[in-house]
Amino acid sequence: MSQTANAPAARAEPEPLLLEVSDLVQRYTLPRENLFQPAPQVLALNGVSVQLTAGKSLGVVGESGSGKSTFARTVMALETPTSGSVKLLGRDLHRLSIDELRRARCDFQMVFQDPYGSLDPRQTVARIVAEPLTAFGRVDRAEQRDRVAAVLKQVGLRGADLDKYPHEFSGGQRQRIAIARALITQPKLIVADEPVSALDVSVQAQVLNLLQDLQDEFGLSYVLISHDLAVVEYLCDEIAVIYLGRIVEQGRPEDLFNRCAHPYTRALLEAVPQARPGRERQRRGTQVIASQSRGSTGCVYAGRCPYADAQCRSVVPVARKMGPDHYAACHHAETIMALPAVADELR
Amino acid sequence: MNGVQPTAAMPFDAPPPEAAVPSKPGRSGRGVLQRALRHRSFMIGGVLTLLVISAALLSTIWTPWPAYEIDLAHKLNPPSAMHWLGTDVLGRDIVSLLLVGARTSILVGVIAVGIGLLAGASLGLIAAARKGWIEELIMRLGDFTFAFPALLSAIMLAAVAGAGMVTSIAAIGIFQIPIFLRITRGSANAIWAREFVLAARVAGKGKFRITIEHVLPNILSILIVQATIQFALAILAEAALSYLGLGTQPPQPSWGRMLNDAQSLLFQSPLLAVYPGLAIATAVLGLNLLGDGLRDLFDPRLSRER
Repeated sequence: MSQTANAPAARAEPEPLLLEVSDLVQRYTLPRENLFQPAPQVLALNGVSVQLTAGKSLGVVGESGSGKSTFARTVMALETPTSGSVKLLGRDLHRLSIDELRRARCDFQMVFQDPYGSLDPRQTVARIVAEPLTAFGRVDRAEQRDRVAAVLKQVGLRGADLDKYPHEFSGGQRQRIAIARALITQPKLIVADEPVSALDVSVQAQVLNLLQDLQDEFGLSYVLISHDLAVVEYLCDEIAVIYLGRIVEQGRPEDLFNRCAHPYTRALLEAVPQARPGRERQRRGTQVIASQSRGSTGCVYAGRCPYADAQCRSVVPVARKMGPDHYAACHHAETIMALPAVADELR
Repeated sequence: MNGVQPTAAMPFDAPPPEAAVPSKPGRSGRGVLQRALRHRSFMIGGVLTLLVISAALLSTIWTPWPAYEIDLAHKLNPPSAMHWLGTDVLGRDIVSLLLVGARTSILVGVIAVGIGLLAGASLGLIAAARKGWIEELIMRLGDFTFAFPALLSAIMLAAVAGAGMVTSIAAIGIFQIPIFLRITRGSANAIWAREFVLAARVAGKGKFRITIEHVLPNILSILIVQATIQFALAILAEAALSYLGLGTQPPQPSWGRMLNDAQSLLFQSPLLAVYPGLAIATAVLGLNLLGDGLRDLFDPRLSRER
């Protein structure tokens, strides 16, 4: 609250923290099942805190339903969190007025998962890419076209593509259009929600390289939401592993891949399909999808964890420092770290 | 058509070559036209609809005989060179009556569908954009109107405001509102769930601009198809109301009134009932076929190969 008051002053001085998410909680109320019972609730985010310095990238990984996309939408101020705050350049996005937020949106843009669904089929590429500009209604048409053509070139498309429609492009090209749309306001942060998971593997590499090049060129920061550890490792300086709305482990990619300290991270690493000729096929253990409803005590992962004991089921583990910039929320983190690394087999 | 592309041959980092998707000039305008010409029900429907519309237009500048001229000396004439389809019980020329009747039908249809489309679509767009209790209120009001029998409301309106063309237009128009409301709300909701709407919100666009720039253009084809079909229903309803004496009042000609007039003479000159009946059938069939054809042509699965 006090931060919002002196936000303009704070903006003037060099601010190393680009994004500061603190204790984000997002609770959804489900439709009532029984008239006489309170409506069930789901905790999509349960106290998520992350910080990101300018020019760095954060990867957020987790399985479906872990709250990754909710995190992305809340950071993008598309949803108002139940509690907690999202600060971009020192300004709390959820406390800005509608008008201020609209102007602030220049600084953070988003790339979506589905390159087919994220472009309006009835608009030309020029209109789609210029959308963040026209939202303010201040750029004249000629300048707008110039800027769109320039940004299309940056993502590897041609200026001649301006007047085409999305259906005339392939999936990878469409994702480039979506990236161009995010780039046109010269944002400082791009939140990418599974930006390559809908693409062919070869096209994935192209798009990831493009994202990397753009980061080098413009000093962008990404928040990359993905279920694919390899994608996140390629692009990110830091990875947060999220499970049922909580960050269970956070650290640099090499820490997570070589010395993961949370059994869930380990399970994710082990789940990466590997081609090992001659090896017998092994069925993976069925995963119990735990509920995110409240009322449970102890570690959220305890139900699935092979190392869980009585302490895990009663006491919620807090994030502990396992090394420089490496945090894990597990009572048995040391045991897990001592296990042989999964990553060796991976490469 | 699209064979296997030699993707392996191209370097990974190079932007994909142009050839990946064949580019067409403009928005595949030629393709749509060609498919339209080959679409049988669209063409038949279009021709029949054009026939009715040109009859209505023609009646404003020319009819074989003045449509209102009563000539009791030549009443109930059989078809002849002078009166191509004969004359009715008051000696009026049937062809002229049919032409002017087309005008009445189309006028009522256009205005009634216009009312329904304008009010229904606006309310539906608001309901989809606003959600919550506003949506609930709008939809329940729509249900209320929908549950009320159209004929009953027309009779009620006639009793209050007096029978006439305006009354029938109002009754038909009001009855159209919930139909357009529902179809608009449903398809608009589907658009609101798409990612490009989310992208527009990320860009900082408000609900109004998203509705105008994204939702409406994407549901327009659905609305056009529905309007065509509702147009047919409106013409039918107008004929029914006029037949019952609640719609267009004499002396203004209308197909429904002509049926009513012919009813008492069904055994003396049955053809008198056939002509307006055929006219109504032509208009309704034409518009329905046209609507079906438009639906096929607008279908994104056919028009946009992904």
